[in-house]
Order: sequence, then C-alpha cells, then structure tokens
Amino acid sequence: MNQPIITTILSSFEEATDIKTITFRYPGKITPGQFYMIWIPGVDEVPMSVSSIKQDVKGITFRNIGDATQALYRLRKGDQIGVRGPYGNGFTLTGKRPLFVGGGTGIGMLAPLVEQARRKKLKSTVILGVKTKDELFFEDRFQQIGATVLVSTDDGSVGYQGFASELAKDIIKKERIDAVYTCGPEQMMRSLLSFCKTILFQASLERYMKCAIGICGQCCIGRGLRVCVDGPIFDGTTLKKVQDFGVYRRDAAGRKIPF
Amino acid sequence: MVDISTSIGPLQLKNPTMLASGIMDEDAGSMQRMIDCGAGAIVTKSIGLKPREGYANPTVIELDHGILNAMGLPNPGIELHGDEIKKLRATNVPIIGSIYGADANEFVSLAQKMQQFGANAIELNVSCPHAKHYGLEVGCDPDLLQKIVSSVKQHVSLPVFVKVSPNIMNLAEIVQSIEEAGADAIVAINTVKAMKINLETARPVLANKTGGYSGKAIKPIGVRCVYDIAQAVDLPIIGVGGITTGEDAIEYFMAGASAVQIGSAVYYRGPEVFKSVCDEIKTWMKNHRYTKITELIGAAFR
Repeated sequence: MNQPIITTILSSFEEATDIKTITFRYPGKITPGQFYMIWIPGVDEVPMSVSSIKQDVKGITFRNIGDATQALYRLRKGDQIGVRGPYGNGFTLTGKRPLFVGGGTGIGMLAPLVEQARRKKLKSTVILGVKTKDELFFEDRFQQIGATVLVSTDDGSVGYQGFASELAKDIIKKERIDAVYTCGPEQMMRSLLSFCKTILFQASLERYMKCAIGICGQCCIGRGLRVCVDGPIFDGTTLKKVQDFGVYRRDAAGRKIPF
Repeated sequence: MVDISTSIGPLQLKNPTMLASGIMDEDAGSMQRMIDCGAGAIVTKSIGLKPREGYANPTVIELDHGILNAMGLPNPGIELHGDEIKKLRATNVPIIGSIYGADANEFVSLAQKMQQFGANAIELNVSCPHAKHYGLEVGCDPDLLQKIVSSVKQHVSLPVFVKVSPNIMNLAEIVQSIEEAGADAIVAINTVKAMKINLETARPVLANKTGGYSGKAIKPIGVRCVYDIAQAVDLPIIGVGGITTGEDAIEYFMAGASAVQIGSAVYYRGPEVFKSVCDEIKTWMKNHRYTKITELIGAAFR
C-alpha cells in the first residue's frame, strides 16, 4: 500500500561535510537504483534512492540542502520517519566491464550497484566526482569490496582536477569499458552520454516528485516519461530522445528551471 | 459493428474516455503520451492566473480502496501553460482547458486565454475540495456560480463544461443554476473530501490534512450524482469517479453520462487504461447487442 510506514532510525552517520547516511528497518526487497519516499512528519516527503541494503536494514545518503534534508540531517537514532516504496525501475546490471560514475551525492546510490557487480566478480571501476576533498565519501567502501576507485575534484584538492565526465572519457577507452552507470549532476551525465556512443549507458535522474505512483505528472520528462515509474533509471537510447535531459527540470508549480 | 464515438454538445469524441484533470497533464509531453495511449479527449491540469506550487508533500497516498490527494492546485500559471497547450495544436484529439479562479473576472480572463491558446472547450473547476478561496468554495454558492458561468459564456465561443462536487447537499439546485447560466455540459464528480490519520504519529498523513478521495471507492457516489443530475437538467453529462473498466463506464452511461473521464485508473492499470477501457466497452456492447453509445445513455431511467 502506497502510504508511509513508520519506522525508527537505527543510525545516523556523517560521511563528509553536510553529507549523512541514515539507516532504518524496512523489510522487503529493493533493487539498486530504486528509491523510497521518505516522510518527515510535519515537514515534507521526499524521494531518496537506497544507498545500503542489508537484509531488513536499508540506508539513504543525502546532502543537507533543503528543508526536508535539513530536518532529516537533524534526526537521531530512535527518531521516527515514514517510508513508502520501493519505487521506480532500478538498474539492470549488464556488460562485463562496468564503469560507475558518481557526481556529488549521486555517489551514494551507486554503492549497492557496485556491490552487486563485485558479487558477480565483475572488474569494476568507480569514478567519484566531487567539488572538493571535504565532500568525498564512500572511497573506502568501494575499495574494500575490490573496486578500482578514481577521484576527481573541481579544485584539484585530491585526485584528478576537472570533471568526472572528462576522466571517464579516458577510462572508457583505456579500460575497454562496455557499460556505464551514472548518477550525478545532469549536465555531467549528459556529457558522459556523448562519450558512450556504442556502449551501454544507464543514468539515474532526479526530479521534483509528488505522488511517486505515476499519476500526478510532476516528474515527467520527454513524451510523458514518469521518472517515478518509468525511471528513475533511463538508458542512453531513451535519453538521447529526451530534450529535457541536462537542460531543464520543473519546479513544484511546473515552471521549467534550467540546470 | 460497434461505434463508440460520442459527442458532448458540439464536441465530437472518437471514443468516450477522456483524461481527467490533474493526471499526467502538467506539460505537453505528458498529455501527448495520454493521447498516444488512446484518450478520446484531454482535460488539462486546473490552471489559474498565477503560478502556484501547491501543498508540501505528502500530497498523494493510496488507501485500501482509493487514492487520497491534496495537491493544492499546483500549476505554472496560464501564460506558461499556454505554451504547452499550443504544442498540442496539431493533434486531432480535443483539448479541454481546466481553469480555476476566485470570481467571475478571473474565470473570464482564464477562459479567454484558453481560447486564444487553442483549447477546444473549457472546464470550470468549481469543485476542488481542498483549496481555500477556490474550487468547492465557489461551487457551492449558486449565485456566484451562475455569475461565473454566464460571464464566461458571454466572453468565449467555446463550449463550457462545469465540474461539480459530490460534497454538497443542494446538487440539483446547483446544476439547474449552471444550466440556466448557459453551460454546455456538467462534469460529475470531483473528489470526495476525506482524511487519513497515521496511527503511529497520531497525525493526518497529507500535509494539508484533508484531501480528495478518488478511485474505485467513489464510483457508486459518482453514479448516483450523474443519475440525479440527469433527472434535474437536460445538459450532456460527463461521468467521472472510479472508472477503471469498460463496465464501470457503461454503468455511468446508463446513469446518464455521454462520456467519462479517467484519472486514478492511470495508476491502477497504467497509461494503457484508455485503450483497455475502450476495448472492454466495445466487447460488452457487442455481447449485449448495442451498436451506439447513445443507446446506453440514460438507459437506467428511460
């Protein structure tokens, strides 16, 4: 049933400056790339992709950026939130030599997918793109499961200086990558797509959501593609036809906001 | 041969399944997809003069037998939405511009804009159960309603439909005043005012506390309203409320509806619901030896 189930926060951990992971008990299956609607009673309800899956305990990783995430950021172990879902389609792990490109908090939701790839013994490379060193997280987590981790920062404070998409462009060629999975700023993902002419591409999109069950139309892109139901993961073939991709999103009133 | 085309006053529909207002209709792309999926007409999201964000989430939840929402009339305002309607000019499916306002002047300006943008009819939302100063607050005042309808009719040449609420005791009086004011059709019903309380937190789930209930649970309420309206006025009626299958639509036709609108069933059965319902209507009619929708309209009271 699509209404929030109240659950208790089991842990709240600061991953980096203004970035936290909270975990909670919420039984049931979820595929990497799917999301929950997280209700902070009295504040808001927001979509959050899953960033850790350990049987009945699930986690989300987010940046303290708006009213809802600020409220979530302040919650502690033992506090209550409402959860409904999972929603959306999730990633489909195909290809033998995957590259994962996470930009900013987009890094978080890629983690369960990288874990899935490593369980299948796929040689996996992860690019973590952040503005600066202080915003870097999950580097250890990816290394511990045996993925090759590369870091890019806008300011060069650690790793490659420049955009994650530029770093990815080199890796795709050198490592003979056959599939790219990404979540991050849409302009980054759009330029990444331009480097993936012949290889598999899956991107996780974020839009303002209301119903999450495919009826209100708030999160639609292109010719009525519902990010909440038909997405949030879209493949390259689909995204090449979506004019909004990397260009604009729509706010709560439906006004188009350029990225 | 079964013919499921229908008409609402001067408006011809290739099939009787219309997209209800507020579902997949914020931008041209969404409405286009519903046309691709077989909707016989599209009703836009309810549009006001200015952009409006609506309420905070949760705005929509599913209950055991229906869907509860309090969106709060979010819309980008008439000017921006006009750009979306203009993109649909090439389609041969009628586009009905839904509008909301607080008084006759607002409704007139909005209707004129809709006509200018290329809408094929106007639907007046005077029945939204959860927006202060708008919707139901306008639609339960017969004098104000009559003034709005007659003013809009004076200023636009398009057919004008009025969407009414089940949340009123004087439904017959209201629809008679709408008919006297010159409206072309009645749309019934809007959602039923309702609430869901979460037990663990002891608070209403919707941010707005109350909302409108739609989906399967409200079908008998809608059928009753359409039946009552058909006794009270001679106008065509568009039935809406819980229509999920072809047989649901047929029940509404028998109660007096000439066409139906589908909203929540886009959730229950996906965007393909329009084609499925049309196929089911055809099959039922064939099996029961009906050839035209007109043979069914009002069958329950003829």
